[in-house]
Amino acid sequence: MNGLGIIKGLGVTLKHFISTYVEDFRWRGKLYRTEKGLAFRSSSKMRGVFTVQYPEEKLPLPEEFRFIPFLVYDELPNGEKDFRCTSCGICAKVCPPQCIWIYRSNDPVTGRPIPAPAEFYIDIDICMNCGMCAEYCPFDAIIMDHDYEISSYDRMKDDIYNKEKLGKPASYYQGIRPTNYARQATARAEKEAAKAAGKKDV
Amino acid sequence: MSEQDVVTQVPDLTSRFPEQVVKDTRQGYEGYIVQPDFLLEFARTMRDEDGYDYLSSVTGVDYLPEGKLEVVYHVYKTIGDKGLVFKVQLPRDNSIVTSLVSIYPGAEFQEREAYDLLGIRFENHPDLRRILMWEGFAGYPLRKDWKEPFYEEDFKPFKTRWPQGKIVRAEDGTPFKDNVEYPSDFDPENWVSESESKLYESLKVIQQESDGMKTDRIIVNLGPQHPSTHGVFRMVAVVEGETIVELKPVFGYLHRNHEKIGERNTFLQNIPFTDRLDYISSMSNNFGYVLAVEKLMNIKPPDRAEYLRVMMAELTRISSHVMAIGFLLNDLGAYFTPALYALEERELILDIFEAVSGSRMMCNYMRFGGVVRDLPEGVLEKVNELVFDRLPRKIDELDRYLTENEIVRNRCEGVGVLTPEQAIALSCAGPMLRASGVPYDVRRAEPYSIYDQLDFDVAIGIHGDVYDRYLVRIEEIRQSLKILQQVVKQIPDGPIMTGKPAYQVRVPAGEAYGRVEGPKGELGYYVISNGKPNPWRYHVRAPSFINLTSLAPMCRGEKIADAIVVLGAIDIVLGEVDR
Repeated sequence: MNGLGIIKGLGVTLKHFISTYVEDFRWRGKLYRTEKGLAFRSSSKMRGVFTVQYPEEKLPLPEEFRFIPFLVYDELPNGEKDFRCTSCGICAKVCPPQCIWIYRSNDPVTGRPIPAPAEFYIDIDICMNCGMCAEYCPFDAIIMDHDYEISSYDRMKDDIYNKEKLGKPASYYQGIRPTNYARQATARAEKEAAKAAGKKDV
Repeated sequence: MSEQDVVTQVPDLTSRFPEQVVKDTRQGYEGYIVQPDFLLEFARTMRDEDGYDYLSSVTGVDYLPEGKLEVVYHVYKTIGDKGLVFKVQLPRDNSIVTSLVSIYPGAEFQEREAYDLLGIRFENHPDLRRILMWEGFAGYPLRKDWKEPFYEEDFKPFKTRWPQGKIVRAEDGTPFKDNVEYPSDFDPENWVSESESKLYESLKVIQQESDGMKTDRIIVNLGPQHPSTHGVFRMVAVVEGETIVELKPVFGYLHRNHEKIGERNTFLQNIPFTDRLDYISSMSNNFGYVLAVEKLMNIKPPDRAEYLRVMMAELTRISSHVMAIGFLLNDLGAYFTPALYALEERELILDIFEAVSGSRMMCNYMRFGGVVRDLPEGVLEKVNELVFDRLPRKIDELDRYLTENEIVRNRCEGVGVLTPEQAIALSCAGPMLRASGVPYDVRRAEPYSIYDQLDFDVAIGIHGDVYDRYLVRIEEIRQSLKILQQVVKQIPDGPIMTGKPAYQVRVPAGEAYGRVEGPKGELGYYVISNGKPNPWRYHVRAPSFINLTSLAPMCRGEKIADAIVVLGAIDIVLGEVDR
């Protein structure tokens, strides 16, 4: 019969429409603005609409989510920041859009380079969030961030990040990427243990 | 494909044409070098006698140190076999070669592109205009001695970044208005673009001779800003009443010279840039590029990495196809309900990409010799749920929702028909080619990765119309699900990378053409290395760009409203068309 296909199709739409309310009803108002409800809504079990009420609620980010990188520092007991970066320049070399500028510091007495950056810039307008700097950094010193709400009013003034603005403590890193942090910490501990054992043998 | 294969397969090319054809004996190169004046006859012989009926790619290479330009042709057989590469060498200052449009009509846009970017003139080309740049643009950007306005150095990494990196904004160095290079005699005040006049000239609008009622033919511009064009894309149509007499697509509005950027980059730095070609299916783009470079480096990824790659590529295919179907229905006038149903499923797939690669669209997931990282905890279970439960159910629902719909059928059946012969000749690829009844799929014709161990069928249509393209896409999603179900069950444990991840890769000198069956069609990467850290030539055979060659033949004789549906069924992504 002509028109049967259309009616069948409309049935699908009607089912969609009804199931939206069925889920709402079943959750008794807890489908929105609760963590559990949000997790259910973004899972494959959801039958109704997927809409997330941003910015009241935000999707939980997976650990590997990557946005503009930051520099990790360890907090020393005296409150100073001990940047892990050794200014080796691998991130600047591997960066596809070349948005990293590193000024290596020199020892004031000998004039020889010392393993710490005097200044570190990232132009976040150019950065394409590919994550290669973090991937190839041998010291886990540059890590991709989870903070994506960084809009500003003045692009020329605010969008070049220097070392001060890029620095974030290791505890923050541990907070956003616990498994990566734990893996790298054990790897580093093992390396140091091996180094210490090697020294003892000598 | 090694040189040996080509030789065993077509053993007598040099002995058949001893005067005109020589083997390419350069280290790492393959195929044959043909004399320019013999090219047309050679191509005709190859097509008619040896069965190389499918022209995959035409491109040029600038060998500046040798003072030569080379035009490279990759041809294949649609019955499935290894391909043939042949080249023509031309002087740099007077590079003229016969056009192959008469033999392979699918060469039309590709030759225009080579003319536009490399300045190779193709004689007897029906419409040799610039295709991506504007008429009057100074120089040919892909020539090695051409430098862009924000030029810093020939190759990345730039020396100003480290160890004395002092930040200078590119726009501060070249203040506004000075960031474009004009021809020397260019006067911006009095300049009139030739693009339009040349375009309208090429349309050959002839008043119809008729003894009855006199009708005017008029030109209608659809786009560049038009919701049905899927981006910034323009169709110039000559219409008589409502019927299209002639149509020309105009594009390049999103052009950024991806290939020039690629040649400045190191091999590794190119991977995130490939994401930006067809941004709906970035995993497939990564796949093609790493395959090409792995061919040059002669490495193979470990088993688990192969399975992960195929898993991601097939998930990409599903998400791209549901989008294509959803937006085709948009073009038909079913405004956004089907598209949003499609986007729901895509959302779930993107969640997987985000968990695995860190980004929803710009995945940047594959590396030479493997993938970046293994599946995080819980992702395999999610994929499991999707491919065994959710997606099959939802695809059936989509099928029930649309396939039998009388309006869809009336609008799509018999519209934009391509015969199998036309589809092959016009170098159509992917669902377009298969909907015309040509069972050609790179995954089967020249299996890469682990596709030879997987059980799936090649979906084909019969009529070659828009409706069959829709059906082929639905069926391909089902086949992708079949592949994914096998992959999820069989995925082995083990390493995900051969060798150590390194930020500098050594790529031996030579050329390689890596191709994959992307969601839009055959996606090929032609990469030339000269042993340095940067590719000497990096060319992308973009499927939706070449599929557009058939837009005009499909639209002729159709109503103007159908042109929009025909375009929707090609499923173009402007990031890839314009590059």
